[in-house]
Amino acid sequence: MYGGHTIYQNLLALRAGPYRQLPGWRDLAALVLVVGVVILLAGGVRQMVEPVAHAPAVPISLSPEALPVYTLRTVLRMLAALVASLLFTLTYATLAAKSRRAERVLIPLLDVLQSVPVLGYLSFTVVFFVSLFPGNTLGPELAAIFAIFTSQAWNMAFSFYQSLRMVPGDLDEACRSVRSSPWQRFWRLEVPFAMPGLVWNTMMSMSGGWFFVVAAEAISVGDVQIALPGVGSFVARAIEERNLACVGWAILAMSLAIIVYDQLLFRPLVAWSEKFRFEQTASQVTPRSWVLSLFQRSAIFQSINQVATAGLQRVGDARLVPGIRAPLVRHPPSQRLVDAIWMLAGAAAIGFVGWAALRYARHALSWSDVSQATGSGLLTLLRVLVLVALASFVWVPIGVMVGLRPRLTATVQPIAQFLAAFPANLLFPLAVFAIVKFQLAPAVWLSPLMILGTQWYILFNIIAGASAFPSDLREAAASFRVRSLHWWWQVILPGIFPYFVTGAITASGGAWNASVVSETVNWGSTTLNGGGLGAYITQMTRAGDYPRIALGVAIMSVYVVAMNRLLWRPLYAFAERHTRLG
Amino acid sequence: MAYARPSGEPLPVLANIDLSLRSGEILGLLGRSGSGKSTLLRISAGLIRPSSGEVLYRGQPLVGPAAGIAVVFQTFALYPWLSVQRNVELGLDALDLPPAERRRRALSAIDLIGLDGFQSAYPRELSGGMRQRVGFARAIVSDPVLLLMDEPFSALDVLTAETLRTDFLDLWVERRLPTEAVLLVTHNIEEAVLMCDRVLVLGSHPGQIAAEIRIPLPHPRNRLAANFRALVGEIYTTLTSRMAESLAAVSASPADQVHGLPRAAINRLNGFVETLAASAYQGQCELPEIAAALALKVDELLPLVAALQLLGFAELRGTRIRLTPAGRVFAGSASEERKRLFREHLLRFVPLAAHVAEVLEERPDHRAPRERFELELQDHLHPEDAQRTLSTLIDWGRYAEILGYDARTRVFSQTVP
Repeated sequence: MYGGHTIYQNLLALRAGPYRQLPGWRDLAALVLVVGVVILLAGGVRQMVEPVAHAPAVPISLSPEALPVYTLRTVLRMLAALVASLLFTLTYATLAAKSRRAERVLIPLLDVLQSVPVLGYLSFTVVFFVSLFPGNTLGPELAAIFAIFTSQAWNMAFSFYQSLRMVPGDLDEACRSVRSSPWQRFWRLEVPFAMPGLVWNTMMSMSGGWFFVVAAEAISVGDVQIALPGVGSFVARAIEERNLACVGWAILAMSLAIIVYDQLLFRPLVAWSEKFRFEQTASQVTPRSWVLSLFQRSAIFQSINQVATAGLQRVGDARLVPGIRAPLVRHPPSQRLVDAIWMLAGAAAIGFVGWAALRYARHALSWSDVSQATGSGLLTLLRVLVLVALASFVWVPIGVMVGLRPRLTATVQPIAQFLAAFPANLLFPLAVFAIVKFQLAPAVWLSPLMILGTQWYILFNIIAGASAFPSDLREAAASFRVRSLHWWWQVILPGIFPYFVTGAITASGGAWNASVVSETVNWGSTTLNGGGLGAYITQMTRAGDYPRIALGVAIMSVYVVAMNRLLWRPLYAFAERHTRLG
Repeated sequence: MAYARPSGEPLPVLANIDLSLRSGEILGLLGRSGSGKSTLLRISAGLIRPSSGEVLYRGQPLVGPAAGIAVVFQTFALYPWLSVQRNVELGLDALDLPPAERRRRALSAIDLIGLDGFQSAYPRELSGGMRQRVGFARAIVSDPVLLLMDEPFSALDVLTAETLRTDFLDLWVERRLPTEAVLLVTHNIEEAVLMCDRVLVLGSHPGQIAAEIRIPLPHPRNRLAANFRALVGEIYTTLTSRMAESLAAVSASPADQVHGLPRAAINRLNGFVETLAASAYQGQCELPEIAAALALKVDELLPLVAALQLLGFAELRGTRIRLTPAGRVFAGSASEERKRLFREHLLRFVPLAAHVAEVLEERPDHRAPRERFELELQDHLHPEDAQRTLSTLIDWGRYAEILGYDARTRVFSQTVP
């Protein structure tokens, strides 16, 4: 399985680089910008919809024979989003890492964008893309792909940005001493160095993506009804028809798709990217992939590979920029005037967006809307906190027990990873069916759905942490016969704490996102409403009330950013300080 | 004693070990890596259960970590999130003392080991030597009867290690520790002679006791004294004579018999031969002397010696190594000529190399997967030895240009020199 070191790559991306302290003015500015743009988009979208956005209705078949094709369509959407995310990562992160001025804008922006609930603004993007290509399925297709894209691109860009900033000094000097052009340097040094982290983060983001593709395939915004051929629409149709058997078929198809994706794409990629790992120490477990070995040992593929490698080599070796000077000084003297103009322009843009959004919001919304949404947000916040605590209470002891037994880890870890990738929204109908059948209180019993899919992140991070726990520290505790209670509190829990925080951050972020689809759910014509900010956004989406969707999304983003800054980051910094020996 | 590996079939790491630790002594366990000395220490600590055999502690079978036994770890094993004081107090955890008493005893152990003033520091703030002092304080705080030390000085630099050794010996000799016996695992011969009353030399795969040597010198011991040097020489002789025996067995055995190769990288072999041939040694010298001069551990030196002898470039008499005429020519040659000579000797004296070259020659595509030779070797050798032998063979074969190897596809190929 994947060793502890790979998990650390993942931690790096999550803790968001140099901005580890409490919220600063840059974050506030970025928040104003994002929230403002969301609200303004809502206004713009409303005007676009006026001439009736017409989305073609594709009939969705409920016969299991149609499922393989639907699954394939869903998988292809994932692939398209992956390519788009990669392109975004390579450009956005590079720009942020190369230009000090761009960095000041792009990184706080990325940080806030990461916190905006993807499913919240799905409604805008759907309407936007539909009106771009009226009468064509390309619109909804692009909207679905965009939803997946936004669920993975930010995380990947962060990982790549951080790798670019951590390129070891000696490698950097070696690269400059042979006078590589920036293009050569990018392909020879920076991309290879960032590769293991990028591949790992891509895989993690991808596992979140399945959730969003399922949610994005079938959506109705006001009068606009979207149903794209895919597993998500199949399930939506099954829910309308109250057909539990079809839900079962969809779960089966999705499971197979995820396993195939993992085995054919990511396992080989992770194993392959190991060769770029910088640390020279023999890492404890080397990821292996049968697919990769198969290809590497096949003679035909070897020759194809040689041709392809030679071609790529030529692209990477091209100078592009002739006669490049190797800069000896890393930081050129600051140009204060340009900096000042740049800052002023940025401040003006943010000021304008903030002012325009405020003006729009003032005539479309009232204070009671704000207090209603904020109040719903408190309910959702309470749910997230309680559920993360409950899930930790269950999975931390189990994860520790599993992680300390290598053989058990080897079996359980892939299962946990599969469960984390599995889109929990496919399972919602089963739970909803049960709630309807036994007439349980939706406000309480709908809550666990939020954490259904993301609790596994806690489990597998804990397993990874426990299996990376140094054996000498375990032996020391055993030889001094440390008592059970002390063993938990002084030995193992502090040791796995950074892993726990990573898992909890991912789980809570996922839970906020899931609240949009889990706080109010349908079974046939029955609607269960558990209340909360997620339910608020969903109701406003069904009603096509754009200003209030925007308000809901904005408030949820504020909650998520605040929770990250006030709870998770300080916890993470604490964990890191206390588990470092060097 | 043997012990089942967590994965796969039982693999004897240790066999027929029968040792007893007496009150008032420091017993050294000396051996090369892979001889199972750390496993033996962990069995004595109750951390590992032997797959057969019995450990008796004060007449009772030992079933797990027991009161009165404490371990000092090679890697210190300090908890980064606990202060020095809390780390030391962890050594008292099993005793169930009231908090005030626990604090008092921890502080006095910290005091005794020379850490006073550091009790509220965290391990990351300390240097390596200070960290290991915390490791010692944690071990002695419970007043153990038996102290087990797993290469406690090997992660420290020479000066720091020497200071800590001396400080510990002072406490031991002045009887300021209630500890009755110490088991010290080490691969440093001088350290063993400096500290121990008795040294057991372990042989490898499976580990067994190869020799027992008494060190009757009074403390403090002088490294330069003649009797000290003599004991160091005696231990060297024990180790090298075992090596000489096994090398003799190699040359006496039929040609189709497979033997392991020592872990001796080609660049080290080259450097070692050049040093031997240089004017300081004139082609011959005593092993302890050159080990000290080159700061080589026994673990590193003996494989080099074995390799040179195997290749016919040097001969070993007792603890004295001497270059053969071929070895002198090798040392004096320029790089192409040296390669040619090495290739000749490799194919002539190492049947395994000749065998691999032959297989590659016979195959139509002149390639062979690593597994082919791995399986062959594993019929005769311990799996670890087989892997080590193959990696040495690849290193030597590449240098001699008799074979190529692709680590990604794990395939050997023939190269035409």
